[in-house]
Amino acid sequence: MKQYETVIGLEVHVELATKTKIFCACSTAFGGAPNTHTCPVCTGQPGSLPVLNKQVVEYAVAVGLATNCTITQYSKFDRKNYFYPDNPQNYQISQLYLPICRNGYVEIETPNGKKNVRIHEIHMEEDAGKLVHDEWEDVSIVDYNRSGVPLIEIVSEPDMRSADEVIAYLETLRQTIQYLGASDCKLNEGSMRADVNLSVREVGAKTFGTRTEMKNLNSFKAIAHAIEGERARQIELLEMGRSVIQETRRWDDNKESSHAMRSKEDAQDYRYFPEPDLVPIVISDEWIASIKAKQPELRAQKLERYKKQYDIPEYDAKILTESKHMADIFEAATAICNKPKKVSNWLMVETMRLLKEHDMDAADIHFSPVHLAKLIDLIDAGTINAGVGKTVFEMIFEEDVDPEHYIEEHGLKSMNDEGEIRATIEAVLRENEQAVADYRSGKEKAFGSLVGQTMKATKGKANPALVNKILKELL
Amino acid sequence: MDLMSLTAVELGKKIKEKEVSVEEAVRAALKAIEEKEDAVNSFVTVDEEGALARARQVQEKIDAGELTGPLAGVPVAIKDNMCTEGLLTTCSSKILYNFLPTYSAEAVKKLEGAGAVIIGKTNMDEFAMGSTTETSAYGTTKNPWNTAHVPGGSSGGSCAAVAAEEVPFALGSDTGGSIRQPSSFCGVTGIKPTYGTVSRYGLIAYGSSLDQIGPIAKDVTDCATILETIASYDTKDSTSVKREDYHFTDALKDDVKGLKIGIPRDYFGDGLDAEVKDAVLGVAEKLKEKGAAVEEFNLGLVKYAIPAYYVIACAEASSNLARFDGVKYGYRAAEYEGLHNMYKKSRSEGFGAEVKRRIMLGSFVLSSGYYDAYYLKALRAKALIKKAFDDAFAKYDVILAPAAPTTAPKIGESLSNPIQMYLGDIYTISANLAGLPGISFPCGTDSKGLPIGAQLLGNCFEEKTIIRAAYSFEQTREYKHSPMAGKGDR
Repeated sequence: MKQYETVIGLEVHVELATKTKIFCACSTAFGGAPNTHTCPVCTGQPGSLPVLNKQVVEYAVAVGLATNCTITQYSKFDRKNYFYPDNPQNYQISQLYLPICRNGYVEIETPNGKKNVRIHEIHMEEDAGKLVHDEWEDVSIVDYNRSGVPLIEIVSEPDMRSADEVIAYLETLRQTIQYLGASDCKLNEGSMRADVNLSVREVGAKTFGTRTEMKNLNSFKAIAHAIEGERARQIELLEMGRSVIQETRRWDDNKESSHAMRSKEDAQDYRYFPEPDLVPIVISDEWIASIKAKQPELRAQKLERYKKQYDIPEYDAKILTESKHMADIFEAATAICNKPKKVSNWLMVETMRLLKEHDMDAADIHFSPVHLAKLIDLIDAGTINAGVGKTVFEMIFEEDVDPEHYIEEHGLKSMNDEGEIRATIEAVLRENEQAVADYRSGKEKAFGSLVGQTMKATKGKANPALVNKILKELL
Repeated sequence: MDLMSLTAVELGKKIKEKEVSVEEAVRAALKAIEEKEDAVNSFVTVDEEGALARARQVQEKIDAGELTGPLAGVPVAIKDNMCTEGLLTTCSSKILYNFLPTYSAEAVKKLEGAGAVIIGKTNMDEFAMGSTTETSAYGTTKNPWNTAHVPGGSSGGSCAAVAAEEVPFALGSDTGGSIRQPSSFCGVTGIKPTYGTVSRYGLIAYGSSLDQIGPIAKDVTDCATILETIASYDTKDSTSVKREDYHFTDALKDDVKGLKIGIPRDYFGDGLDAEVKDAVLGVAEKLKEKGAAVEEFNLGLVKYAIPAYYVIACAEASSNLARFDGVKYGYRAAEYEGLHNMYKKSRSEGFGAEVKRRIMLGSFVLSSGYYDAYYLKALRAKALIKKAFDDAFAKYDVILAPAAPTTAPKIGESLSNPIQMYLGDIYTISANLAGLPGISFPCGTDSKGLPIGAQLLGNCFEEKTIIRAAYSFEQTREYKHSPMAGKGDR
């Protein structure tokens, strides 16, 4: 078989974290009762007019600057005309002719080293409402709460060559945008959505093959599978002497396969034209400078700072800063207990383990850094021992319990009373004569077993240092 | 005395001085409407109950000294393309036959805030597309001067209601001449303000980049007063302009000394009715006598205005009217199979022929492959036309022109030849393309007894200049009431 190369470009939609919608003052909050976050503007009432939310422009410019784009200082909105009930005006206000950002790039790390993925453009647009089909009643119902939620679409050049590169690109974008506070970028909740444009060609070929566009990819896993599947499908077609048809395909996560939605021939003519209800967006040098000045610390800077300020190794600093949310927790907890190494340890080991176990993202962590800091102090003070600490941390991770209250309620405080421990050990020694004999005859291992028995008898609460000390005395 | 024969400002004064109550004024309007509607058909909806209730509220506020403005208590009619909360707003289209807005247009709110009492909604060409008010789904409005003739359009209902003296004043909208042309056909005065002067929020869009709301009344004083009330900087309309001076009534002065008036030769050639030409040039004579300087000049590019206008207006309309799809409000076909068929049937049955023609025209010029050739070219023509006016206003303070090539045609004459009808917009559309203010006012009567209107155009934000010139001319001529006006309690 011939050698093939995969060529991939991405269109990434990101929901911006503004409090209000892009063209009206309605809330963008997720999950309200249907059609409660609506007004004449976002439901397309006759006579209503859009007014641009300035924060949307600021976020778009901030993302553009962080991805090395040129900012279009005279930008415009255009109307994209198509009929669908989730789109109350039957046109979407978007940008075609003068998008807000152009010609940027993002640096990604690949197994073969660093690589730039170029960004063709970033444009602003409004989201559509949600259509619910009621199969029983044979009707469809529309919820316009999401209609008018601000989006940016980041369009890359076809610079990626593998699923790994695509994931690396998306991770980098997500990280950058989260750091900017412009979006939480959750793929599973749809605040970040990626459409994959993919073609294959023989290695060494100068021109691109015919591409397909894949939609409905809701996780990195789905993206990776869809890329592998589509690459294989296209190669198989070419190997059979057939050709790839330019079309849009829909990924089905359950079936782990895609099917054609529409071909190029059915592609709609969107009849784009400049939106007459909005004035051009003029972005002065001063405005760009002020957005730049407001730019928060990005990941690379944070990583360097962690290494210096907290004396944390590169590897650890990388994990801590991978998600802005994780880094925020790290910094907040450290600020309280002033023990960066210990905070880092809890995050790197226990938190990562639990995230994996629950199949969660770092962005989903919902415990308070105050509780983690408290836990560390409680362990250091000997109020609880490390073993109990782990159990308590699981509760913090899952239910964000206050460790102090939790320990109190469940009687988990360390047993620090020497007399009490001594009495317990004496009882253990009496019941384990064989182990005592083994130890005295030189079998060091028996000591551990006796410690274990003692801990068991105290339900894990005995202060381990005291147990060691007293046990040695008594033996 | 027939209260409706008064101007809005005269009536407002009588109400303020307690000579007339608000309820009396409102009842006079309702009575006039009852007597004349069969003959004129200016209204789509008359809100008798709401107007009487509102009259009482306004009277209380006047009595409490809370409302002291010139329009407090004066009845008004609103063109049916402006949203009025809880009051039917149809755009004279079947597709909005049942549409009750949840909010009121900003201009309507401004009027209500000033104490004007909304009597009802006036008939118009469907979605403001037409020059005769014959494309309405709710019947043709008749010209009060001769009911065999059209009142002009698209604000024909508003102009006819004022001329027939059903109400003292009305609001209209002007996308390509829709205030000025019917004002001239009906012998009343109307202003199309500079684009961005009156908020478009709540005005159901036809051509968004051209639409402006404006006043229609018996004289210049009324129009300046109404404009002063409805003009505002509105943050809900991104195209709204923050102006330094909203005191339009300050310009009501009989003084044109030194005013430079330009007369475009291109507007007085072929196609212009001789009687209209003489009457309009008569305005120049009168103003010259008062000390204005009059000069002829070549404006240029006039032949590009109509094609550019119809391309731009229809392109925007094709998109603006997409929302009328039977999903959220308005007409939905009774029977359909699936979504696509519902759209198709609802829109086919809900829109009239002229609206469909313009949607198709607009969709065509925006289609891929045609966008550059038509839409972009039209935008370029628009920019050049603006430039031609900039050059003209470097030399002249105002431009004098006819409002229409002829007086009102007979009902049924225009729709058979849409191109001919479109060409009738020649003198008005350029103001919309260039964003300029224009005022249309009566200047004579033709041999058939139909009114002739003249038009003064000013540079952007120069409403006061055209108001002053029109006011000065008005002092040389008595207001002529239409024959239908006499049918009240005179």
